[in-house]
Amino acid sequence: MVMEIVCPAGTPAALRAAVKAGAHTIYCGFADETNARNFPGLNFSREEMADGVAFAHAKGAKVLVAINTYPRAGSESLWHAAVADAETAGADAVILADLGLLAYAANNHPNLRRHLSVQAAAANAEIINFYGEEFGVKRVVLPRVLSVPEIAAINKDTDIETEVFVFGGLCVMAEGRCSLSSYATGRSPNMNGVCSPASHVEYVEDQGALSAKLGGYTIHAVGADEPAPYPTLCKGCFSAGEKTAHLFEDPVSLNAEQLIPQLAKSGVTALKIEGRQRSRSYVAQVVKNFRAAVEAVDAGRPLPEGMLARLSEGQAVTTGAYKKTWR
Amino acid sequence: MDYQPEPSIPHFPSPLARALRFLPLTPVSLALTRLTRSMAGRHEAMFRRLGEHANARFLLDPTDLPVTLCLEPRAGNPRVTLHRKPPEADARIAGPLAALLGLVHGAYDGDALFFSRDLVIEGDTAAALALRNAVDDAELDIAAEIESLSGPLARPLHRLIALAERRTGVALTRHEEDLLW
Repeated sequence: MVMEIVCPAGTPAALRAAVKAGAHTIYCGFADETNARNFPGLNFSREEMADGVAFAHAKGAKVLVAINTYPRAGSESLWHAAVADAETAGADAVILADLGLLAYAANNHPNLRRHLSVQAAAANAEIINFYGEEFGVKRVVLPRVLSVPEIAAINKDTDIETEVFVFGGLCVMAEGRCSLSSYATGRSPNMNGVCSPASHVEYVEDQGALSAKLGGYTIHAVGADEPAPYPTLCKGCFSAGEKTAHLFEDPVSLNAEQLIPQLAKSGVTALKIEGRQRSRSYVAQVVKNFRAAVEAVDAGRPLPEGMLARLSEGQAVTTGAYKKTWR
Repeated sequence: MDYQPEPSIPHFPSPLARALRFLPLTPVSLALTRLTRSMAGRHEAMFRRLGEHANARFLLDPTDLPVTLCLEPRAGNPRVTLHRKPPEADARIAGPLAALLGLVHGAYDGDALFFSRDLVIEGDTAAALALRNAVDDAELDIAAEIESLSGPLARPLHRLIALAERRTGVALTRHEEDLLW
């Protein structure tokens, strides 16, 4: 069976591009803080979501609505409305992280399929089975800290579907536990849906050298011939003692394309692509590439040559935790 | 880690760029404003997507041309002016003309162009991002918009644009994606 490609869409145009490029499933979010890609100009109104779902269904694709931030105390109704509106729009599932919201969705929208977001950081079979038994979760997006053997071990001990990231941005933390960006900007991924928000980003170019700043702090500075960085705090280049380096994490993106056969053998159901903040051009290219790859794996053919590195942050890629090696 | 550079972006021919120094700015600005307002009527969602940045001033700077464009969306009643010296703006987006056109037509990914330094963003990054996302979602086709305002000249203009696109490799039109699977 062909592995499912789960593709991001930040706009209705990106959703249509993803469907046309061969995505089996598209995930997207509403234009507010209920989803973890709350960037300017991105995301879907209620009407756009309903239209997007109808378009996808007409072409045989599914739509998942990410409501994967943690509800703010006193404002839970915003998150509850998002779940209800996702169901009204005809979404095939919602992607949730918060235990309270999972309970709300299970009790009030029992027929709406529930997936567990990567933000919940469920990293072993015991917790995954707990989410399945207590909240009827049908699929879990695994955090990007697991190796392929660890993923295989999880799948051996659970009947719940697993979905893993294969391409796009990486986080240094176990997902869902990072507030680093709030120290420089007052805003964090899990509460406001933004890591290193663009409103706090500034680029200063001086004679070819480019400084990337976040909240007034220089996070990275590069020479004229180096790729431009986005000033994500954990991917900054810092000086500590006598050493200047990417102390937390290199500014690279995940590309696990070559590991697809191993991920298939380890029992993974779906392959997820990161990048709701990216353009329809990115979406079309990445989906086309990965769809060709899973079709090849299913047919027993060799994987096609990938051409995706230039789309990546830092224009460099890694297999991340899936294939752990020493530097 | 594997490293792969961005393929090179075509640059506007220097002799033609030099000739543009004598471009009459006022009539071209008026024509561009008319074109942009015509597009605004058909793409209202694009202005909604700009949100709090709908009244920002954007400087679009084709680095291979001797002029810059100042785009003021003005919440759906846009104005475009050409300038020989860049005016004050909230955000500046600079790169070869082919890169800027390719972004509008969905031929390039904005982040990839930015990582590769083919595109430079200065000033209000959030405003620039909102504009990029709004334009990307609008699926604009500048050539088709110009043709729709060209009356009987539309057909020969279409052929001319198609020829220029083939010869230069610049995305002068939006290509409708086909169903691949």
